[in-house]
Amino acid sequence: MIEKTVAELAKALRAREISSVELTQAFLDRISRYKALNAFITVDANRSLAQARAADARLAKGEAGPLTGVPIAQKDIFCADGWRTTCGSKILSNFIAPYDATTIEKFNAAGAVVLGKTNMDEFAMGSSNETSFYGPVQNPWDVESVPGGSSGGSAAAVAARLAPAATGTDTGGSIRQPAALTNLTGLKPSYGRVSRYGMIAFASSLDQGGPMTRTAEDAALLLNVMAGFDPRDSTSLERPVPDYAAALDADIRGLRVGLPREYFGEGLNAEVARVIEAAIGEYKKLGAQVVEVELPNSKLAVPCYYVLAPAEASSNLSRFDGVRYGYRAPEYDDLIDMYSKTRAEGFGAEVKRRIMIGTYALSAGYYDAYYLKAQKLRRLIADDFTRAFEKCDVILGPTSPTTAFKRGAKTDDPVAMYLSDIYTISVNLAGLPGMSIPAGFDIKGLPIGLQLIGKYFDEARLLNVAHRYQQVTDWHDRVPPGFD
Amino acid sequence: MEWESVIGLEVHTQLLTKSKAFSGASTKYGAAPNTQACAVDIALPGVLPVFNKEAARMAVKFGLAIGAAINRRSVFARKNYFYPDLPKGYQISQYELPIVAKGRVTIDIDGQEKVVGITRAHLEEDAGKSLHEDFHGMSGIDLNRAGTPLLEIVSEPDLRSAKEAVAYLKKLHQLVVYLGICDGNMQEGSFRCDANVSVRRKGETKFGTRAEIKNVNSFRFVEKAIEYEIERQVELLEAGGKVVQETRLYDSDKNETRSMRGKEEAMDYRYFPDPDLPPLVIDEAFVRDVEKTMPELPDAKRARFIKDYGLSPYDASVLTASREMAQYYEETATASGQPKLAANWIASELSGYLNRENKDITQSPVTARMMTGLLKRIADNTISGKIAKDVLDAMWSGEGDADTVIAKQGLRQITDTGAIEKVVDEVIAKNPKQLEQYRAGKEALFGYFVGQVMKATGGKANPAQVNELLKKKLAG
Repeated sequence: MIEKTVAELAKALRAREISSVELTQAFLDRISRYKALNAFITVDANRSLAQARAADARLAKGEAGPLTGVPIAQKDIFCADGWRTTCGSKILSNFIAPYDATTIEKFNAAGAVVLGKTNMDEFAMGSSNETSFYGPVQNPWDVESVPGGSSGGSAAAVAARLAPAATGTDTGGSIRQPAALTNLTGLKPSYGRVSRYGMIAFASSLDQGGPMTRTAEDAALLLNVMAGFDPRDSTSLERPVPDYAAALDADIRGLRVGLPREYFGEGLNAEVARVIEAAIGEYKKLGAQVVEVELPNSKLAVPCYYVLAPAEASSNLSRFDGVRYGYRAPEYDDLIDMYSKTRAEGFGAEVKRRIMIGTYALSAGYYDAYYLKAQKLRRLIADDFTRAFEKCDVILGPTSPTTAFKRGAKTDDPVAMYLSDIYTISVNLAGLPGMSIPAGFDIKGLPIGLQLIGKYFDEARLLNVAHRYQQVTDWHDRVPPGFD
Repeated sequence: MEWESVIGLEVHTQLLTKSKAFSGASTKYGAAPNTQACAVDIALPGVLPVFNKEAARMAVKFGLAIGAAINRRSVFARKNYFYPDLPKGYQISQYELPIVAKGRVTIDIDGQEKVVGITRAHLEEDAGKSLHEDFHGMSGIDLNRAGTPLLEIVSEPDLRSAKEAVAYLKKLHQLVVYLGICDGNMQEGSFRCDANVSVRRKGETKFGTRAEIKNVNSFRFVEKAIEYEIERQVELLEAGGKVVQETRLYDSDKNETRSMRGKEEAMDYRYFPDPDLPPLVIDEAFVRDVEKTMPELPDAKRARFIKDYGLSPYDASVLTASREMAQYYEETATASGQPKLAANWIASELSGYLNRENKDITQSPVTARMMTGLLKRIADNTISGKIAKDVLDAMWSGEGDADTVIAKQGLRQITDTGAIEKVVDEVIAKNPKQLEQYRAGKEALFGYFVGQVMKATGGKANPAQVNELLKKKLAG
């Protein structure tokens, strides 16, 4: 059961070969068994099983949708009514969300089961799931290595088959990079495709929620539920939602695959380069044409992001002040003392670092040189993609510069950690959809991911291009040793 | 040493939308604490703002009324600071690109007109309330008000005295109430004023350092606060001191302004465009739509009343003070066919009753229809003006319309010349001494005879006829 994809499980559930309760219980048991991975912050068997029973009732009546009865792990950044929702932070350790995020509402309406809340870097700030207040997450492929971040818990859960699928969020690579490090298929939709209502904000103009699955087909099934206009999110767009699973098999002969020269220069890890080259070979066999493109402002992406994202975050995190909910320092002398102590004690080091950077970048005298300048650079980076997409249909490259690194390897050097997102960040800055899919392994047996970047709102094509590759390769089927 | 004061006013008006600027919660005043604050207003993790377009309609209405350009594209910006009644830790406002650009308002100072510039008007959300009494050593936070839409109206520093400042405020107040965008209730905080005051030597073109006086909640206190502050600054400078740029509060009991402890230089709000909201784009159709709903504005109405009804500027001002008053007057003037009479009776008599009982024209127990009835009876000589005052009194007390009161109290004026002549003859016959004195030259006794005739007729004789007959008969 736990080996099956979401598509297979949905079929089996509809055929009444298995019940949602059995399935949910099986995953709950596995979660317990592999507690050491620390993939989950909150598990609530009663709630999950109650949803499973309701799903079974619908299945019995023949009123099932594509995801009815399927347990899905939810990143602990999505508010779920009655569930503790911590965002990986101490400052929300006692916060029980009183409402459902739109994403959760949609999954509930589809009859899916919330299979617990997954671990994550605190407030989605991190690339290794080492900043979580609830402890680091282990990578099932090497338990001493990181699973990537910030959606590390979701990645570890799906990779270890503790859940058939999970949701993640991606601001600078937080779905794609952990997917690459754990051999998963991760999709960051176009900005505005998935509602951000109820998804605790890190950087408002960059955040997007998306699926983390084992296959492109599963990602399509999840995106079908997640995508769509939400009147409660002023940044979501009113565009029709196609059936993302309908055209997965479409022929890709003649597809123009763009290879940015900046992504394949020196400095690219040899093993990663080898794997990507092989993947390009597979695409050529499928009939795709390869064309070189240029993204000349690529090198500005990381500095640009690390001005804009912290700036927005510094403002978004101001509401965590101990006044209305969440952690409040137990002892304080006056208002300022209460604020200072609550936030000093409630936030971790990386969050505090980014709040300070962001505050600085927005402050009088520095706004023009940093924030405003970064917004202008952002436009240049987005324009690079517009120009590149005149020559190609999708862009291909590595997702991560390295495979999974050891826990603690980069924690002393924030900038080294930030550079983990070097290939993924510009996609968020441009608002484009991006995917990472399994493409091979390094000599240590650690997964290597391939990144596909699409035009605005062209998720259907991305999923098709990913799916066709998964039909001729089996990287995505591999199971981490010890977890089969 | 001649000093000149320079004053600029920032007025925050709460807009009369049914729901908040960025959420669907109600804006109604007076609810129990925290019963009108939804998830968005409380700034729960994950919530997002959605703009209430009605607030933009009201802002555009104001912009059109002051002849300002409406910015077709304006941007919401975050104003960041920490305070318990500001749940998000930032206020959604507008900074570099406000919805309304430069406009103007004309005020009247002792018969002289002065144009006061308005720099801009922008949309923003209100904060909640902090309550310090009733809580021992703590503060209670009520977020009902958090998120209510405000239009912040900023004047140019064109005002030169406390008097001008109050005239401007009153004009602005009348305008926003006329437009139906604000209820103008200063006690409830719907219309709040901050004054920026500085002084400089007469003839100096550079501005002096200004102090900001915050949250004065009545026209009277604004005037007193500004007067005090001007004097304070002049005294300070004449003594060789320097004015500190700071925020001050007005103490109405002691009639003085005091520095707010702990606020030194200007705070850095780190404004940046709010990434949760797209720019506010207003197209031609929207503006034209709003234009169609514009009422006749106070100045235009006043001018029309002077022209069409032949009213004095003073009466016209009183009768156009509010739309409801103007409507009352026009209805009465037209239906009775007596514009000048209506003006007198409404501006003086009826207004007297309203003021004494602190009532609004909409609360008048004497409706326009009833007033019309009264005026008709004066015009057709059924009753005299003097008697009409008594009739109005009875009508105000709920005794019915004019005809009912006149009938019940038998107040019909005596206009029968024969009847009056009879009474005049009787009075003259009864007062031979006074008659002799009058004919000898004591003309003041005419009033005595009038009084006697009125007494004898219970006040109901038509005064004009009494005068005419007496004059004839007394002359002999």
